[in-house]
Amino acid sequence: MAGCLKDTSLLDDIACEEGDEFSIHGKLLILFALFVLLVLTSSAAVVFGAYKISIADVYSIILSHLLHLSEAQNMDSLKDIIVWDLRLPRVLLAITVGFALAAAGATFQGCFRNPLVEPYILGISSGAAFGAAMGIVFHQFFFSVQAAAFIFGSLAVILAYGIACVNKETPTITLILAGVILGSLFSAAVSILKYISNDSALREIVFWLMGGFYFASWSDVALVTPVVMLSFLAMWSLGWKLNILSMGDDEARGLGVNPEKYKLILIGLATLMTSIAVSTVGIIAWVGLMMPHATRMILGPDHRFVIPASAMLGGSYLLICDTMARTLTSSEIPVGIITSLLGAPYLIYLLRTRGKSVFE
Amino acid sequence: MIHVLNVKDLQFQYGMQPVLKDISFQVGQGQLCGLFGPNGCGKTTLFKCCLKFLKNQGGQIKVDGQDIKNLRIEEMAKLVAYVPQEHKPPFPYLVKDVVLMGRTPRLKSLFGTNKEDRQKALGALKLLGLLEIADKPYNQLSGGQRQMVLIARAVAQETPLMFLDEPTSALDFSNQIRIWRIMKQIAESGVTILACSHDPNHVSWYCDRVVVMNHNHILREGPPQEVITETVLDEIYRNVCAVRNLDGARMVLPKEVARGNGARKHNY
Repeated sequence: MAGCLKDTSLLDDIACEEGDEFSIHGKLLILFALFVLLVLTSSAAVVFGAYKISIADVYSIILSHLLHLSEAQNMDSLKDIIVWDLRLPRVLLAITVGFALAAAGATFQGCFRNPLVEPYILGISSGAAFGAAMGIVFHQFFFSVQAAAFIFGSLAVILAYGIACVNKETPTITLILAGVILGSLFSAAVSILKYISNDSALREIVFWLMGGFYFASWSDVALVTPVVMLSFLAMWSLGWKLNILSMGDDEARGLGVNPEKYKLILIGLATLMTSIAVSTVGIIAWVGLMMPHATRMILGPDHRFVIPASAMLGGSYLLICDTMARTLTSSEIPVGIITSLLGAPYLIYLLRTRGKSVFE
Repeated sequence: MIHVLNVKDLQFQYGMQPVLKDISFQVGQGQLCGLFGPNGCGKTTLFKCCLKFLKNQGGQIKVDGQDIKNLRIEEMAKLVAYVPQEHKPPFPYLVKDVVLMGRTPRLKSLFGTNKEDRQKALGALKLLGLLEIADKPYNQLSGGQRQMVLIARAVAQETPLMFLDEPTSALDFSNQIRIWRIMKQIAESGVTILACSHDPNHVSWYCDRVVVMNHNHILREGPPQEVITETVLDEIYRNVCAVRNLDGARMVLPKEVARGNGARKHNY
């Protein structure tokens, strides 16, 4: 008897020639424009810096490295180090971290069906902060501060998932509450570590918590960029499924998308990206919350476009903030301060102008 | 008659609390079947069991001849479409995109929809008269329009069986009747429909069959004329309803209203 039903003819009788109802050309154009913005921002960012190097010099240094030319004779080795070993990895790392935080933010917001969620919601930041503080205070026991931060950041999310999982289901509210609880637990632990640490360790912890790209190196780029980009591509390919998930668990099941499975995959990818970014550069606020919002306003809520657009916008934004951080004053300003200073007015503007339509 | 939905000896309990006891019924192809019963009688749980959102502890549920126990979520979605009660999603998806979501179980590529999917979605929009609002954000529509969009999404899903969870509960009278007419039209095209409702009049006017539930089991089942009777309604609602005949149409009225009006009394 299985499958012996006649095909339902409901939609066959309705002749529907497709017009431009589902056209995505406009959105693709916006994605392209954001890509151009990212390229322009990075091209400009390598030229700015406390040490003045002419535009021609900057690009000839980069080109000679890219093309493996041995023109060392007419290169100033100080300029070469500044452009190739300091500025360029820093620019790339800022873009990568912006990508990670903004794409993870969009994914968390979709999974939790809440536009106010940020990538740190499940306790990644507090967990990573605790790991970093442990690594700084008890440096003799830990391999590296970065590894400790990564492990504890991921651990916080795994614990939150474990606490929230009942009968193979993880209700969103329970998961977020578990994240909040773990976050405050780890924050308390960080406070204990601050309390017992000596002055230099305390200073180091405080600086780590503010986040920044001061020590960006090629080895950071080589570690972080592949992980972030691969996770980002996997995430992007699940954009349509994320649209379905954001309608709610039961509807997702009804539409053939297993909510438990895909939420786990997406949250896993977002956690991986966020953890590795946070463990390398510390806690940078606002990017993960703001960028998805800004993109939804530009090209609508379809996650197939929100994820890449948000990532590229996040990369540009964080790069601009970091360039300001290293050029505005003679000494560096922690970039987290700039992202917050620029981000808060933007959110206030959003609240005042279209609070209802954005937050309901 | 082919039974598209076949439920046999279904059991379900939350902990020690039994919610469904020995539920058995069938719905044939192209039938519009109403699921009727008071609050808390287990309707929603029965619904969720049939959709495999909940796992039944005993008995068997067959959809299109296949035991749903053996079906994966992806396979279920090709057989059964689920129309939830209208609600506001957190993101302002456009109406056409919400309807296109109905094609998800049939998407071939990982990333997007093909021409056929888009045409079917347009067809569903046209069938429900939603083409004019196709470009509006779904969460800015009225409740009635949102319910229509969700039905269009289920139509685009092209399943032999469709479940609607109280599709008319939040709507005004004209929208309620519109939804029932559309469900009737969909059923006539060969799709089997199971719809929850709290309105005894609606189920008796529009349904081919009615399953009446009370206290976790099926009280009566059959054509509405045999099932929506004063005896049955008295049993579930305790002396609230009177059934009258108004020019051939069956009306369920509150007892005190029925006493004061001139409609002919029939003893059903």
